Amino acid sequence: MSQHTAGLAIETAGLVKTFGETRAVDGVDLAVPTGTVYGVLGPNGAGKTTTVKMLATLLRPDGGQAHVFGHDVVREADAVRGLVSLTGQYASVDEDLTGAENLVLLARLLGHAKKAARERAAQLLEAFGLTDAASKQVKHYSGGMRRRIDIAASILSTPDLLFLDEPTTGLDPRSRNQVWDIVRAVVAQGTTVLLTTQYLDEADQLASRIAVIDHGKVIAEGTKGELKASVGAGSVHLRLRDAEQRPQAAEVLSRVLDAQVQHDPDPLALTARLAPSSGGTAAEQAARALSELVGTGITVDNFSLGQPSLDEVFLALTGHDTQADDAVKNEVAA
Amino acid sequence: MSTATTNETQDLAPVRTDSLAALLIAKERPPRPSALSASLTFGWRAILKIKHVPEQLFDVTAFPIMMVLMYTYLFGGALAGSPKEYIQFLLPGILVMSVVMITMYTGVSVNTDIEKGVFDRFRSLPIWRPATMVGYLLGDALRYTIASVVMLTVGMILGYRPDGGVPGVVAGIALLIVFSFAFSWVWTMFGLLLRTEKSVMGVSMMVIFPLTFLSNVFVDPKTMPGWLQAFVNNSPVTHLASAVRGLMAGDWPAAEVAWSLGWSGLFVLIFGPVTMRLYNRK
Repeated sequence: MSQHTAGLAIETAGLVKTFGETRAVDGVDLAVPTGTVYGVLGPNGAGKTTTVKMLATLLRPDGGQAHVFGHDVVREADAVRGLVSLTGQYASVDEDLTGAENLVLLARLLGHAKKAARERAAQLLEAFGLTDAASKQVKHYSGGMRRRIDIAASILSTPDLLFLDEPTTGLDPRSRNQVWDIVRAVVAQGTTVLLTTQYLDEADQLASRIAVIDHGKVIAEGTKGELKASVGAGSVHLRLRDAEQRPQAAEVLSRVLDAQVQHDPDPLALTARLAPSSGGTAAEQAARALSELVGTGITVDNFSLGQPSLDEVFLALTGHDTQADDAVKNEVAA
Repeated sequence: MSTATTNETQDLAPVRTDSLAALLIAKERPPRPSALSASLTFGWRAILKIKHVPEQLFDVTAFPIMMVLMYTYLFGGALAGSPKEYIQFLLPGILVMSVVMITMYTGVSVNTDIEKGVFDRFRSLPIWRPATMVGYLLGDALRYTIASVVMLTVGMILGYRPDGGVPGVVAGIALLIVFSFAFSWVWTMFGLLLRTEKSVMGVSMMVIFPLTFLSNVFVDPKTMPGWLQAFVNNSPVTHLASAVRGLMAGDWPAAEVAWSLGWSGLFVLIFGPVTMRLYNRK
């Protein structure tokens, strides 16, 4: 507690949580600056949710320390609860109650008087576009509506720190964008957000710093730029018309891009991972490669430039991909 | 959980980030609710749940009616000459037995609820910790009241005439509800301790059947063997049944009332903290 650093919303040192034989969280160190979105990126079962639960005082750490705004999450749990709000992976509102009842219930529990609770609930329903669904039971809500009511419930009293645990998992792209807009609006008002996600682009869109977590350990941490640079600028994917031209195309790509070329299982497809700094932006490099291919007389049916995917980040950082032993870990994760 | 919802989402009104921003501008936080206020709010939640799922009142309506009818006509002729005679003795006892049995559903509902995301939210709120559990029990107290009124009505139809009149009957039911509220902490403990709904149900049956049947609800314990009398005469259900019987008959069974309240206090003192320990550790 005494080594708390000013300006940090969350500070953990060697945080550990074990479930039986499994070390779900295995020595996590985090330093989350106040007023920012901090992304915790990792596959299923990496220990993201367990970490959030410890920080939100729902689980007791087995080792290490964690402070939220300088308060120890175990010894000063009540003080921490007064500052944070939690939106879980699955709708953390009462599905049997209506949207409005849920918000009034929680507003009352946060200390709002009856009238104020009803007003606040109505305002939030309005802002979240849920007025029409206010008197419907939450179990009849769509996925996007659930996330909205869930986030609305988390900001009934503007929290200093908001935990968003995979807020867009399972949402369609449109709902995802809307959740992102909400997160931006929340942060703009000074709330610190700890966002866990499986999607690199989500962390990219929202977070200013990112910690990549795997097997309960932080394996990389930094700003978005730092993280991407460590992985590479992205990949060029192409699909040829003629499989026989593949070796030739591979030769061109590796020469022009100075990149590692990978033969995909599809005999027509190739992937080249761009090196972090082989001259120009990823788009410029890709354009050069394409014109060179066309110039050589190779017929390209499909050409795309992709950001490094989470799989690639993982491959680069850990040497194994996200799918490995997921099946085993998923069972433990819950 | 949310595939195939695209169409619905298209129809959703957009999020109004401008009004959202206005709502978020650091408002002064209200003071924390008192322990009583938080508990009552959770009690309100329980009542809302009854409103949305009224079928859950089945166990406090149909079940008690069945109990009264079954035991009155099953034992009435043999034990007291006629069902009408027997019900004068039986009704307060069967009332106690049924309501104490119904308390066991508390454990089941705690167990099914705890797995849901909403519990995480409740546990992350800065409120008096036992409020969530007390709220359950307050909602259940309403259910017990409904069950009592239903049984009393059926009893009156069958010929039960309490000498204690309205005050005696109200006092008897009040004592029964206080006891049930206290006794329910046993079930909240099992609800949090055991892993599945089925195991909660199984363990509850193991506890509730001997506890309610081995009492003076059906017959005077004097006819029982000595070792059983020792158990029956000291069972909290016997004390409670005697107290309720006395109150409804217009007497003032001070010792039995004191025993019932004493047991109630003991249940809360032991199982309340155990429940809260489990709740905090969950």
